[in-house]
Amino acid sequence: MAQFNKEGLGNVLFVAVAVCLVCSIIVSTAAVALRPLQQLNKELDQKENILRAAGMLPANAKVDAQGRGVDELFSEFEVRAVDLDTGEYVDIDVDDYDPLKAAKDPARSTDLSPDEDIATLGRRENVSLVYLRREDGELDKVVIPVRGYGLWGTLFGYLALDGDVETISGLGFYSHKETPGLGGEVDNANWKSLWPGTLLYDDEGEPAVDLVKVRSPAGSEAARYEVDALSGATLTTRGVQNLIDFWAGDMGFGPYLNKLRNSG
Amino acid sequence: MSTTKQVLVDPIFNNNPIALQVLGICSALAVTINMSTTLVMAAAVIFVTTMSNVFVSLVRNRVPSSIRIIVQMTIIASLVIVVDQVLQAVAYDISKSLSVFVGLIITNCIVMGRAEAFAMQNGPYLSALDGFGNALGYSVILIGVALIREPLGSGSLLGFEILPKVTNGGWYVPNGMLLLSPSAFFLIGLFIWAIRAWKPEQVEEPEYEIAPNLQYREAM
Repeated sequence: MAQFNKEGLGNVLFVAVAVCLVCSIIVSTAAVALRPLQQLNKELDQKENILRAAGMLPANAKVDAQGRGVDELFSEFEVRAVDLDTGEYVDIDVDDYDPLKAAKDPARSTDLSPDEDIATLGRRENVSLVYLRREDGELDKVVIPVRGYGLWGTLFGYLALDGDVETISGLGFYSHKETPGLGGEVDNANWKSLWPGTLLYDDEGEPAVDLVKVRSPAGSEAARYEVDALSGATLTTRGVQNLIDFWAGDMGFGPYLNKLRNSG
Repeated sequence: MSTTKQVLVDPIFNNNPIALQVLGICSALAVTINMSTTLVMAAAVIFVTTMSNVFVSLVRNRVPSSIRIIVQMTIIASLVIVVDQVLQAVAYDISKSLSVFVGLIITNCIVMGRAEAFAMQNGPYLSALDGFGNALGYSVILIGVALIREPLGSGSLLGFEILPKVTNGGWYVPNGMLLLSPSAFFLIGLFIWAIRAWKPEQVEEPEYEIAPNLQYREAM
């Protein structure tokens, strides 16, 4: 038998193939075996974000005051798909539908003109999801996904409205790239607590939320639409203002929310 | 000290990968804002460095030198992907806050450095100890940095408030600087200073000496 040659071409090829084979088997086994768990985590995370925006989970906790977990609380929500242009419900499988993926697909999204695109999205999906919670048949919460450009990147979050489809019941971002301590304060619990009770629409049904440096006197008409701007984060504040205006407006959920409000 | 003990303990202070070799500081800057992410990152690096050293050491007599680096990379990358997948499955929140930095363990100079410098020459048992020791040295510095950054930057440790913040009705005004990556640079610099003051043999010879300024008369 010829002497084993470590540097020979045969051994180089053998080692390369063997290492690749063994490593790929290990990696693919891990990926396939853990996929169901990861999928579950992602869904749970999404549900948690929605509940947080709706103010149904206390900060830093995964259960509410009655000890109900994310899954149980979320099961009270009804998920519906909405055609954003007409504001009508669409019958599709909501479990498999991802609005963010649809926004990248030219066949299922709309190219926004610079005038329309105040939140700097580029494209907007045609069909998005809404989360509705009813209590004794009465509409209690409506949660819509919102997103828009801040300073460093797109902010992704949920805007929750009360049953009157007019009063904001909470806003929360689950992903953003804003500067910690400045724009990153969009995660600040104290700032977020300013949102509930603010009116999203004025009497004409136009988006009217205003992020301001100086609040109007309490009790005045204007104060009902005002939220404090973030100190030292002008561009993030502008981004939040724009994304609220966009998603509450005609290009966003405006038509749908109008219908929902008028139908009671 | 016996060789085995030396291999394990030396990298912690005497030959610390961050403080003496100044390797792997990229992730030390990014993940040390919170203690919880730091601990997970440290555990991930300990696992990857130990296991990659073991596997590289097992195949060291078989691997041709012409492709040894790529073989090491493949082994390290596979281990890191496995760690990333496991984190996404069992600790989703932490894996979200670590984001890309788990994946970036692949490019952590310490892992590859130990595989090439130690595991290619030594048996699996010693290599495992060496990998473990070096990752432990890395972890010590990381935990030290996080121990300063989290309390002073956000008033908490492991998520529990220890310095009541002004925004929550307390007295402490958080230092926003410590939430940004450059602060870890200063802290690591101070650590290196402290370690070298304690162990002066780690101080490097100056590469050159600054010549005294010319006198006015000599320049004429």
